[in-house]
Amino acid sequence: MRPMLKITDLSAAVGEDSEAKTILNGLSLDVPAGEVHAIMGPNGAGKSTLSYVLTGRSGYEVTGGSATLNGENVLDMDPETRAAKGMFLSFQYPVEIPGVPVMTFVRTAMNAQRKARGEDEISAPDFIKKSRDVAKTLNLDAEMLKRPVNVGFSGGEKKRLEIYQMMMLEPKFLILDETDSGLDIDALKTVADGVNAMRDPSRGMLVITHYQRLLDYIKPDKVHVLAKGRIIKTGEADLALRLEKEGYDGVLGEAA
Amino acid sequence: MDCCGGTTEHEDDCGEVKVKDSIDAKTVEAAKALESENYSAGFSTTIETDFAPKGLSEDTIRYISAAKNEPEWLLEWRLKAYERWLTMEEPSWAMVRYPKIDYQGYYYYAAPKAGAKYASIDDVPKEILETYEKLGIPLREAEVLLGVEGAVETAAEGREKPRVAVDAVFDSVSVATTFRKELQKAGVIFMSISEAVHEYPDLVKKYLGTVVPQSDNFFATLNSAVFSDGTFVYIPKGVRCPMELSTYFRMNAENTGQFERTLIIADEAAYVSYLEGCTAPMRDENQLHAAVVELVALEDAEIKYSTVQNWWPGDEDGKGGIFNFVTKRGDCRGDRSKISWTQVETGSAVTWKYPSCILRGDDSVGEFYSIAVTNGRQQADTGTKMIHLGKRTKSRIISKGISAGKSDNTYRGLVSVNRKAVNARNFTQCDSLLIGDKCGAHTIPYVENRCASAQLEHEATTTKLSEDQLFYARQRGIAEEDAVALLVNGFVRDVLQHLPMEFAVEAQSLLKVSLEGSVG
Repeated sequence: MRPMLKITDLSAAVGEDSEAKTILNGLSLDVPAGEVHAIMGPNGAGKSTLSYVLTGRSGYEVTGGSATLNGENVLDMDPETRAAKGMFLSFQYPVEIPGVPVMTFVRTAMNAQRKARGEDEISAPDFIKKSRDVAKTLNLDAEMLKRPVNVGFSGGEKKRLEIYQMMMLEPKFLILDETDSGLDIDALKTVADGVNAMRDPSRGMLVITHYQRLLDYIKPDKVHVLAKGRIIKTGEADLALRLEKEGYDGVLGEAA
Repeated sequence: MDCCGGTTEHEDDCGEVKVKDSIDAKTVEAAKALESENYSAGFSTTIETDFAPKGLSEDTIRYISAAKNEPEWLLEWRLKAYERWLTMEEPSWAMVRYPKIDYQGYYYYAAPKAGAKYASIDDVPKEILETYEKLGIPLREAEVLLGVEGAVETAAEGREKPRVAVDAVFDSVSVATTFRKELQKAGVIFMSISEAVHEYPDLVKKYLGTVVPQSDNFFATLNSAVFSDGTFVYIPKGVRCPMELSTYFRMNAENTGQFERTLIIADEAAYVSYLEGCTAPMRDENQLHAAVVELVALEDAEIKYSTVQNWWPGDEDGKGGIFNFVTKRGDCRGDRSKISWTQVETGSAVTWKYPSCILRGDDSVGEFYSIAVTNGRQQADTGTKMIHLGKRTKSRIISKGISAGKSDNTYRGLVSVNRKAVNARNFTQCDSLLIGDKCGAHTIPYVENRCASAQLEHEATTTKLSEDQLFYARQRGIAEEDAVALLVNGFVRDVLQHLPMEFAVEAQSLLKVSLEGSVG
């Protein structure tokens, strides 16, 4: 079966021409539908770059290779087109949007995606009901959803709001970038519960994390080690535990 | 056939064809022709026009006054202003640059030739109706606007709440007013200022020029000499105006300077909300606009004045566009009176405008809520003056400036507290948003305080529309231009809330149109 996300020999650089610095260097990775893959790696390995290149952030130049979602080359698409195709990034540092209430923002996004896919807009009552249900799952205060996006939110609230958006938008492919950073153990559990609720045979996930801790709660099917811009090792869930015990140097030394 | 206002090209259409249908078809045509243009209000109508002689002289002023059959005192008033104007110099302190204006190159008066009133819809020049249609004014209301007999009642019945009474200014002559009968029942006077001069000379004489004196400034003095028409509103004691009053200003004749004069008086404990919406046809030559608005609020009265201004801003290279040099001032003459200005300024090539409040009465309140958008090569120098004279007077200034393209956007404001204004308070917040790296935002707040008990607060921020915010919104599926609109609407949210509902909706879409092409 064709993998849902297929990355082949992907290279990417950041910065302007002469200053350009290669971050991804021949990265290949397959994530089939229904699976959760973790990407671990030391600081500066290119983890966040991978998430930005996949979602189309400007400032990154793809210098080689390909990435397809369900067989479609996503690297040529606008960020919003990728989103409409089902690509979702849970940001490591969620962005504040003053003056735009959460509900307005998410409803605008949802309808934009639906429109792009040729679907009808969601009605106001349906949206509010769905929002209420999701908020309940995540222990989110309904009042919070009336406030401007991420403005004055704590680190934990921001991460929970990312998961709220994910559950509202029901993307096909999820990228979680350092979702555990800044979370206390209770918030981590809530967030993990939300992510686990999204696990589905039709959905793929890429969980990017620096620490193994998150993987205690979100059990990955595969663990990949990213270093120097490429995947240098792939294993089962227990690879994460080994990395925790032996450190990246130990595992990397063995791979090199 | 006279029904087409003397032009020949539409003669065949004047017979049995239903006006509404033919207008719809033409509107569609016009809209198609404009698809390539961003400026959705850019079209002009061909109708014959009566012009005053080109240029400015005593003769021009006498012509205008005679054309309007004005009383002697008003002609004298105009001539006095003109004499004064000859001694004045055009101000140069604003942060705007524009080619030297040739004041002799303009026509100072234009009136639709067919006259202002019609016995039936068949007599109305079709081009005028089409213009209204393009502006989105329903036909039934257009009939009313044009003063077609018997139209007022049917339109009033058909209109959904909240109702808005409209006084349309087609070029310079106010063509007609709606809902006049109903307003009359409440005792509200709402008419063109030219009519008011004849019908309520005492009121006009008593208040005209008392808020913005003839000698106030170069442009206000020019307006005093040559003002063509405008709106007059009087709300009697204790009356809450039963509907929002609205004026569509529209410049149409080529090379016609517009000199509107608006005078609104809220007598004791009266309330009125007034909406001013502006669109103008596309022009290659610069058009001069120097309006004067005077508001008077007596004891316990409240006036809310809202503006959406969308005049032709000029093309991408800054060619053409309206010069908008406006003097707007409100006088809180009575104790506990309140004047609130809300403006959404998206159009014009050059804007020079400072809607102000003189807080004369004790406990009076002045407010200024502003959104000013500049794109392309637009320049705006706008803000307010809050003059605290009475005790415990309060003022609030919220200004949101958005600059994009190669434009410059300046907030210039004055908060002045007189010695006697004990316990006066002011809160000022000026936020600027920059889109791109070739535009400018400037904040120039002046504060003059002569009273130890006054409390004045000033907050100012300048932010750049961030790549992070844009990417975040786009990653969620919102297309780039919509994302910009969403972020900008968020930025101006606390000002939009002060606009009447129908204006707020219009303003949101206007912001989006104004900023098209500003990113990427």
